[in-house]
Amino acid sequence: MSKYKYLKSHEWYCEECGKVGISDFAQHELGDIVFVELPEVGDEVEAGKAFGNVESVKAVSELYSPVSGKVVEVNEELQSAPELVNKDAYAAWMIKVEPSEAPKDLLSEEEYKKLTAE
Amino acid sequence: MSTYTPHTSAEIQAMLDVVGVKSLEQLYQGLESLFVKDMDLPAGKSQQEVARYFENLAAENKVFGSIFLGAGAYQHYIPPVVKSLLSREEFVTAYTPYQAEMSQGILQGIFEFQTMIAELTGMQVSNASLYDGSTALADGILMLAEKKKNKVLVSEAIHPRSLEVVKTYLIPQGIQIEKVALENGRTSLSDLKAKLTPDVFAVAVAQPNFFGVIEDAAAIGEAVKAAGAGYIMQVEPFACAMLKTPFACGADIAVGEGQPLGMPLSFGGPYLGFVGAREKLVRKLTGRIVGKTADANGNDAYVLTLQAREQHIRREKAASSICSNQALCALTATIYMATAGKTSMKEVASQCVSKAHYLAAEMVKIPGFRLKYSAEFFNEFVTVTDAPADEIIRKCAEKNILAGLKLSEHEILWCATEVNTKADIDQLLAVLKEVK
Repeated sequence: MSKYKYLKSHEWYCEECGKVGISDFAQHELGDIVFVELPEVGDEVEAGKAFGNVESVKAVSELYSPVSGKVVEVNEELQSAPELVNKDAYAAWMIKVEPSEAPKDLLSEEEYKKLTAE
Repeated sequence: MSTYTPHTSAEIQAMLDVVGVKSLEQLYQGLESLFVKDMDLPAGKSQQEVARYFENLAAENKVFGSIFLGAGAYQHYIPPVVKSLLSREEFVTAYTPYQAEMSQGILQGIFEFQTMIAELTGMQVSNASLYDGSTALADGILMLAEKKKNKVLVSEAIHPRSLEVVKTYLIPQGIQIEKVALENGRTSLSDLKAKLTPDVFAVAVAQPNFFGVIEDAAAIGEAVKAAGAGYIMQVEPFACAMLKTPFACGADIAVGEGQPLGMPLSFGGPYLGFVGAREKLVRKLTGRIVGKTADANGNDAYVLTLQAREQHIRREKAASSICSNQALCALTATIYMATAGKTSMKEVASQCVSKAHYLAAEMVKIPGFRLKYSAEFFNEFVTVTDAPADEIIRKCAEKNILAGLKLSEHEILWCATEVNTKADIDQLLAVLKEVK
């Protein structure tokens, strides 16, 4: 059973570690990622609302939060090496959130796989 | 490669055959109701008649022999090489350089422009140009926008037209604009400090300001930084050649009107907006940016870069709706600055300052004329006169002199540039002595 839950917009959430990132499908669709704009530690995030954006050579896409809460950690590595997201989308976590409420309406790994298969 | 390749009749016929019609007119079958039948146009005129018609129309303009008006647009000498190079068809007809392989010339030209603007403002990055100085200020302020802050402080001495554009851009986005008062023509440091509350994300100041006065931009910069806000300066290019650069004053962004760099007054346009910023803001820069890279053979090559931020890709999430630049005007400025070099830029600035100071010093010797502000000025200054401003302006016009800008019943904003000779200035003074 996968520990990851997903948003339709391709972000994953790991409930046990509180981390958020984008899926392998997303990094593949985006192409070479050149910049990741993330919030600051202490910022509030809201489920379903944008918390940052990811810039590839062809597009800048919003990053939506799977859960509401407070940002307690930001992956600084991505500032200087945004390509890590392309290398391993699950290892390249973006923010760690301390949730203010339980996440709802997230897709399971199977449901997400079905969505992206279409 | 030829410069214009029209379709031949044979090519048109081949296309008609593919579509399956016999003539171009047949393509409009069924749309006859939309045709305008009677346009009631007069008969055509010969080339000579048309030329004469426009000459007569142009003659209705009053062309002044001597200009002492500035206030945002300035008369400077334009070396003939500028117009000569600019009118090369490769430049005049060049379109948007999205296809790098076809556009190396114009892309390199823009890269040089960016480099020169960065040098002029002391900044680290620049872009391919913006529409004009006013929209550049509005865009620049938005570049500094922060999520939790919604107020910007703007000096009372910002150009009124720029302020109008700033309002147009900012108010619909829910941003509050508050003005900082003046003290003797300069932005008041005490008023600024009092207004620098935590909800202020940017402070905008002009250098020199609308009244020609030189601001203490570095002191303002310190106050702005201490309050954790962004600092944007709207600068005049020749002033940059002579005063402390915006970068040295602590500015995060420098914007300005580039018209003085080789563009004629042209009754208001086309003009040129420029922007320079600190490196950390490069992803916030609106508009186009040209970058330098290497091609497959390792040679220098130029491309449009950081395009993913632009309006045509980010759409409503873009920082600005601009998706173009003032390419030909930017090229004009580049040719002008390359021709002038640092030496002539400084010489022009120096002449502007000394001629304006000569004019001011002589003017206040005339009874009924005094300077409104005692603060140091660049090449523009405001007079307060006993005689009505309208009367002064009218008397000057009679002698083919365009006087300064009327600010109020008894106030005029005068300007002198390197183009005004001492004889011109003395002639103006002679006219002013006669005004009652």
